[in-house]
Amino acid sequence: MEFDPPVSSQLQEFLDQYGIRGREMLLPALLEAQKIHDFIPREAAAYIGEVLKVPLADIYGVIEFYSMLSSQPRAERVIRICTTPSCASQGSGKLVAEVCQHLGVDIGEPTVDGRYVVEEVECLGLCDHAPGVLIGNDMVGEATLDRIFHPEEHPRSEIYADQRYLLARVGSVDPLNIKEFQDAGGFAGLKTALALKPEEVIQVVSDSGLTGRGGAGFPTGLKWQGCAEEERFPKYLVCNEDESEPGTFKDRALIEGDPFTIIEGMIIAAYAVGANKGYLYIRGEYTHSHEVISQALEIAAGNRFLGENIQDSGFDFEIELRSGAGAYICGEETALFESIEGKRGFPRVKPPFPTTHGLFNQPTAINNVETLANVALIFNIGAEKYRELGSEDSPGPRLFSLSGDVERPGIYEISKPLTLRELIYEKGGGVRDGKQLRAVLLGGAAGKFVAPDGLDFLLTNQGTREVGLGLGSAAVVVFDEGVDLRFVLHGLGHFFAHESCGKCYPCQLGTQRQAEILDRNLRGQSLPGDIDRLKDIIATMTDSSLCGLGQTAGSAVLSAIEICPEYFGIEEGARD
Amino acid sequence: MTEKKCLSLNINGIECQVPEGTTLLEAARYLDIDIPVICLHEATTAKGLCRQCVVEVEGRRTLAPSCITLAEEGMVVFTESERVVRVRRTILEMLHASSDISHSPALQAQMEKYTADPERFPGAKKRQYEILDDNPFYVRDYSQCILCWRCVQACGDDIQFTYALGLGGRGHDSRISTFYELPMPETTCVFCGNCVAVCPTEALQDKTEYLLEKGLQHHEIRARRRQERQGKRSKS
Ligand SMILES: Cc1cc2nc3c(=O)[nH]c(=O)nc-3n(C[C@H](O)[C@H](O)[C@H](O)COP(=O)(O)O)c2cc1C
Ligand code: SF4
Repeated sequence: MEFDPPVSSQLQEFLDQYGIRGREMLLPALLEAQKIHDFIPREAAAYIGEVLKVPLADIYGVIEFYSMLSSQPRAERVIRICTTPSCASQGSGKLVAEVCQHLGVDIGEPTVDGRYVVEEVECLGLCDHAPGVLIGNDMVGEATLDRIFHPEEHPRSEIYADQRYLLARVGSVDPLNIKEFQDAGGFAGLKTALALKPEEVIQVVSDSGLTGRGGAGFPTGLKWQGCAEEERFPKYLVCNEDESEPGTFKDRALIEGDPFTIIEGMIIAAYAVGANKGYLYIRGEYTHSHEVISQALEIAAGNRFLGENIQDSGFDFEIELRSGAGAYICGEETALFESIEGKRGFPRVKPPFPTTHGLFNQPTAINNVETLANVALIFNIGAEKYRELGSEDSPGPRLFSLSGDVERPGIYEISKPLTLRELIYEKGGGVRDGKQLRAVLLGGAAGKFVAPDGLDFLLTNQGTREVGLGLGSAAVVVFDEGVDLRFVLHGLGHFFAHESCGKCYPCQLGTQRQAEILDRNLRGQSLPGDIDRLKDIIATMTDSSLCGLGQTAGSAVLSAIEICPEYFGIEEGARD
Repeated sequence: MTEKKCLSLNINGIECQVPEGTTLLEAARYLDIDIPVICLHEATTAKGLCRQCVVEVEGRRTLAPSCITLAEEGMVVFTESERVVRVRRTILEMLHASSDISHSPALQAQMEKYTADPERFPGAKKRQYEILDDNPFYVRDYSQCILCWRCVQACGDDIQFTYALGLGGRGHDSRISTFYELPMPETTCVFCGNCVAVCPTEALQDKTEYLLEKGLQHHEIRARRRQERQGKRSKS
């Protein structure tokens, strides 16, 4: 007897092909269903559960966790408008109102014809083209009502460098032309690395002094060594392209402008730690990057840079591309593993660490995109030459994402240490329109505000540490005198409350309580004692949260209380 | 079986020896030192969610959840330091502001012990939900839910392997839910009652108890039960 398939033929095809892999394919299957129906119908979810053998309640939990998935009908195209600080201070709030008025809907309410729905979203990595919008799969920079509905060219970042290393090919070669890539020095590093023994490769990276560029700054050689020493197989190599830290957009430029270099870095890393399988996890909003890297992977495989016996080296390595679905927390390494495994993106308790128990509980090395670009560079120019770049404690070039009220927003490749003041005023052309500086946010939402008189420290690991700061993802957002920091803080408060995964109490509750107080502060309705409340909340989040999100969710606010106490005019605004 | 190594550590100034693999919470309990917990239950796996059991370990940047932190040789631990007490009090105050914990004597006692102010966070968003009375066995009032996950664990890998319950939402607005919010009888639920047994508040409550509290008499409850059963039969 023939039954009508409970799902569309497209989804059926997908499940026929990948269903055998089980729960690991849950997120890809849900994204496929979402793409087909613009939401995930219950029958489709149930069928996916049956094929992949995932409990139904878990499937619903996964759909609910990721912002880009929906269990209720949405609309053909979602208009996602960034309202995180860089974009908010360039008028994205007004833009939301205009678009809603134009379509005659409220936020989150589909148009009558079901074509559009407007959503306020967190950072889209378009900070240097603020306000940034994603409509369907198209990114729109310097967005206006008109430009949203007539998207032009895909926005690319301006690149500034005295000398280009990491960005040598970005913008100058065709990103998908493997021959051009090789003619410009591409895959030369890979050749050098594959001629060495894996332990020698790790030694070179350790000698180079490379530290991770994803935020935590962990020594890459040490991480690889930990993974290489494990004797359990299989091992995995993961590239973290979840880039969602507000104000950060450098990884997108690398992936879109020079994808083969990231593949090169991944192969070297995998070879060093003994992994034959890699995953490249890319945030769901980066649709264009996804397209570029997906083609690059195919081309690389076609040219025997991926697959069995890569370039006759005897080393096998394949890379699977995975898309996120709207969750900042999935940039946290263990949450990212959970996400690939088809679960809600809940960070795991550490220890155990990824090097011993990572993806699928197997030994795993996970690195940021820019870290892997550095790896390729190290084997291209040699560890010794590499060490001459940067500083003693932070060797190598580093990419800064500069945005906000600055004359020349863009990506700055810095290979000679400079101060934050020099970056903003000498390189970046200073505050836009000759205005005075109010504050700088260094390191994204998880970073800290710096006062105008505190900019004279070196942008290195040590230089920032000495003044109680950190480079984080090297995001630099500039706010001019016209910006009301209370507004910025209110935005940051909402960011963390929206992105907290909700697993541990201090952050689940603390990010919400913090946002409530910052809301009151913006409205000038602070209550007596709000400063003390904030301080207790932040101490609690910092001291007892499970992961880095909660531990840093109050750091920007605390720094703002220090440098701009007047913004917390609790006494004046207080009511009895 | 090989003998487990013995570790020496210091808790609140008291030297003690524990076998390798002991958590700090267990070690403290050997010494009769009371550490409060919220999400932990003997029948479910410790997840380190509530962070009420945090302790200060000398040399660590952040506080350590004692339910999942293993004792190490030479550790110096403080279970009631200023940092610890501040965190415990604030977590209780923030939780009280979001969820109705008035039916949990254990949490009320913790509030008292740590002098937590029930009115500390005025204007806070409450997690308020309609009471779900969709089956003959238990009632769900998620306004009392504190997201300890125990019901989900009991329904899943820790006890029953039924997987009728999961987590929905995210962050502060996370909640316990079924597949597409279906009523319990339409899920895989087998009404084993394990979830009710591990619930620390009255978010999950036995239906008879619930009805008695509402003032119904036993015979009225029985009559209701009969009616519900008949209703079910005539539907199927
Ligand atoms: C909340 C949170 C978000 C993170 N997001 C990212 C991210 O988007 N990209 C990234 O590379 N690392 C991110 N990280 C850091 C990763 O956990 C991890 O340290 C990094 O991928 C390691 O790579 P690296 O050593 O090459 O820097 C995040 C960490 C936290 C706590
Ligand atoms: S700190 Fe926040 S994001 Fe991290 S596990 Fe806890 S609730 Fe989740």
